[in-house]
Amino acid sequence: MSAVPGVVVTGLGATTPLVGDVETTWRAALAGRPGAHALDNDWAERYGLAVDFAATLAVAADAVLSGPERRRNDPSAQYALIAARQAWADAGAPAVAPERLAVVMASGIGGLQTMLGAWDTVRDRGARRLLPLTVPMLMPNSPAAAVAIDLGARAGAHAPVSACASGAEALVTGARLIAQGLADVVVAGGTEAAIHPLTLGAFAKMQALSRRSDSPETASRPYCVTRDGFVMGEGAGAVVLESAGHAQARRARTYARLAGAGSSSDAYDVAPPDPTGQGQARAMRAALAAAGPAVAETLAHVNAHATATPAGDAIEARAITSVLAEALGSPERAALVPVSATKSMTGHLLGAAGAVESIFAILALRDRLAPPTVNIQRLDPEVTCHVVRDRPEPLPAAGPLAAMNNAFGFGGHNMALLFATA
Amino acid sequence: MALDKNEVLEGLIEIIVDETGADPGDIDPDKTFADDLDIDSLSMMTILTLAEDRFDVEIPDDSIQTLQTVQDAVDFIAGD
Repeated sequence: MSAVPGVVVTGLGATTPLVGDVETTWRAALAGRPGAHALDNDWAERYGLAVDFAATLAVAADAVLSGPERRRNDPSAQYALIAARQAWADAGAPAVAPERLAVVMASGIGGLQTMLGAWDTVRDRGARRLLPLTVPMLMPNSPAAAVAIDLGARAGAHAPVSACASGAEALVTGARLIAQGLADVVVAGGTEAAIHPLTLGAFAKMQALSRRSDSPETASRPYCVTRDGFVMGEGAGAVVLESAGHAQARRARTYARLAGAGSSSDAYDVAPPDPTGQGQARAMRAALAAAGPAVAETLAHVNAHATATPAGDAIEARAITSVLAEALGSPERAALVPVSATKSMTGHLLGAAGAVESIFAILALRDRLAPPTVNIQRLDPEVTCHVVRDRPEPLPAAGPLAAMNNAFGFGGHNMALLFATA
Repeated sequence: MALDKNEVLEGLIEIIVDETGADPGDIDPDKTFADDLDIDSLSMMTILTLAEDRFDVEIPDDSIQTLQTVQDAVDFIAGD
């Protein structure tokens, strides 16, 4: 449990498979537009890949960053820079002492493309051809370092790694830094740039990826009876977290409060989640407990982890159902709370997922609108929570509201973030 | 066979521009890498590695000390 009194969200940034910024990504998600498509390469034929589609970045980093910025940063750090700069500008470039500004920028996999490209160079052309920045570019903390250098953040630059929970863990960590008084402003988020024959092949081997190559747009179908795995995505999301006092003093526009952050570990298996969902439920309960009962009982929306794997979606849905019933005091009220699986549009952004989906949860509070889950042909009867399907669903028009984002990662890492109207 | 010095200069300027983002018009043969072009040692190693690749020559790692100006590098690569 982590009590995070007085942490607010004052800036948002993202580059995703839908589009290259937050507002249009949000509008595309509300419109239910999927980002997956067939890959424009010969990987499937050349390497015998079972999966030849993914949700690649809609606006290439080349169109946004300078040549030297691209050459000196792995794509994972490039995407992080794009999202962090957007979030920083959106927050009005807060005046803050560098020693009170921190960065937490996570990646699930790290500089995979740099690492594998460098190995190709060594193997095919010899070690003399290696470029000197190879190690600083491939290390998993390079996105955090790149953003800290870019913004001049000197209170610390952190890179929590917890597979597909990494982006959410960045927000959890950022909230704790502020709550502990170690920073006034934190740029927190996640990034991933790992679409590669190796990852597509390996995720497919563990039966984690959808095989619907004939229909990439409808392949990511969380909660559907015919779901067969996730669709790999890439991109980055970043938020500016700020102590409420600091935000108030500079009269910052506030999207939401980060009212509670919870984390837990399954200690069960390195791949599948604990089938009882206890670990996931503990993370959600911790976030609710940190926020307190007054906030917990306003819980009105959940952006679920829901990647569209057959086992994972059902386990999380059960955990959500039981936690909602506790928080709201009755199963009947719990059954009305709109739950959205936005990976049906974005695909699974791995280490960026928790950051991008937290942004969706924050904007759902702002617009009082839960985004849809697309591609459900027939809802899995095991999924007992109330799933938003096809079209956005309005949240209560008046009064305080809270929204939760879940993110879980291989290894049994569970994160839950609770946002509340400001 | 010696390489054409103008071609080497042109290629080297392209590599420097790619690495540093400098304006090609600012790169004269007489400019020093460290002081005039503000190129640090890791960037210099990057430039020399890319130049080895492009011109198919070997530039020993310690030549970073002796190649002070753009012209020094052109002369070395062209085989002077």
